[in-house]
Amino acid sequence: VRESIFWSLHLLMGLVLLVVLSLHMGIMHLDDLLGRPGATDWSQVLLRGKDLFFMVTYIVLLGAALYHGFYGLRTLVCELSIGKTAERWVAWALTVVGLGLFAYGTYAIFAAFSLKG
Amino acid sequence: MGNEKYSPEIVKQVKLCVTRYIPGEAATPSIQEYDLPVSAGMTVLDGLLWVKEHPDPTLSFRYSCRMGICGSCGMYINGLPRLACQTQILPLNSSTVVVKPLPNFPNLRDLVPDLDPLFIKHTAVKPYLLRHDSDDRRPPTRELRQLPEEMKDYFQFSYCIKCGLCVSACPTAASDRNFLGPQALAQAYRYTADSRDEGFRERREVLDRAHGPFRCHFAGACSEACPKGVDPALGIQLLKRYLVLWTLGFHRRKKGAPEMEPLEAKPRPDIPKAPEPTV
Repeated sequence: VRESIFWSLHLLMGLVLLVVLSLHMGIMHLDDLLGRPGATDWSQVLLRGKDLFFMVTYIVLLGAALYHGFYGLRTLVCELSIGKTAERWVAWALTVVGLGLFAYGTYAIFAAFSLKG
Repeated sequence: MGNEKYSPEIVKQVKLCVTRYIPGEAATPSIQEYDLPVSAGMTVLDGLLWVKEHPDPTLSFRYSCRMGICGSCGMYINGLPRLACQTQILPLNSSTVVVKPLPNFPNLRDLVPDLDPLFIKHTAVKPYLLRHDSDDRRPPTRELRQLPEEMKDYFQFSYCIKCGLCVSACPTAASDRNFLGPQALAQAYRYTADSRDEGFRERREVLDRAHGPFRCHFAGACSEACPKGVDPALGIQLLKRYLVLWTLGFHRRKKGAPEMEPLEAKPRPDIPKAPEPTV
């Protein structure tokens, strides 16, 4: 796969993070300021977890953060001149760990979405 | 008058601290100090030549043209990569001038860096015109047509003298020895942007890789260091854009410059004919 594709996705995920993190900042930390207090109350957390919009947003945030962070980590490792074989192993390891974390996080999001009550 | 030795007025004394390293003799480089009499207009290269002529003929450094054209005398002078022939001592405003070999290159001896990595990477990006009709044009018989505005796309990048200052200033090249580096990448863009070139598909195989232009952090140190105003950092960003647009299929397709018809030059009637050769 071309590096230009990875890099373009890295930029795109950065933009996605900018949007979803702004949303996160507004809802979670500026709740009093925006006139919707109590964002960290269990009832509010549960309500958001069961909302389709938030469920999709959580998955997007998780995917974007994992890709953006792990691509950055791979870049750092690549710049340490560790050799081509080691670079390939690192790339595979990060892919596997990233996909594993994405699967686990998505499972948690779905579990929250399907909570009763 | 003609035989009088020119002796310029000494206006300052500086301490010239030079890195000395002779492989096989010492494991690590050392610093040697020389008291250098400085005259107005004296360059660091002049100072090193003075050292070689007077106190220490064993000092090694590389130079050739003495006027910023050949790119041989790149050195790390008072903390910045510069050409020794273009760096005057008095404007440095320092009583100490520290001269080291260019960083990010292996050191061969004293102030002589091994520039092989630079030239290997330069060659890797195919720094020449690649055309579909290359085989038909060997040897070339006609010029390729190019408009002045098309030349502007790459002209700035063609000033490169391959001195290696940009690579020695680059923070990425400092840690990633496989990074193609600002010199090679700027030259890759120079040929990519040339309207006569049709070889981006071939060049892309080398560029669109993990250690290509996408490892550039845009620190801009290469452009600061370049003695010819090439601005390699700009070239790398333009190359990134070109690669991404190519990958997404939005690139502008080049038509390939056509060959010029040979000009029909007729001698002016008022110019006398050249005499017949006598030998």
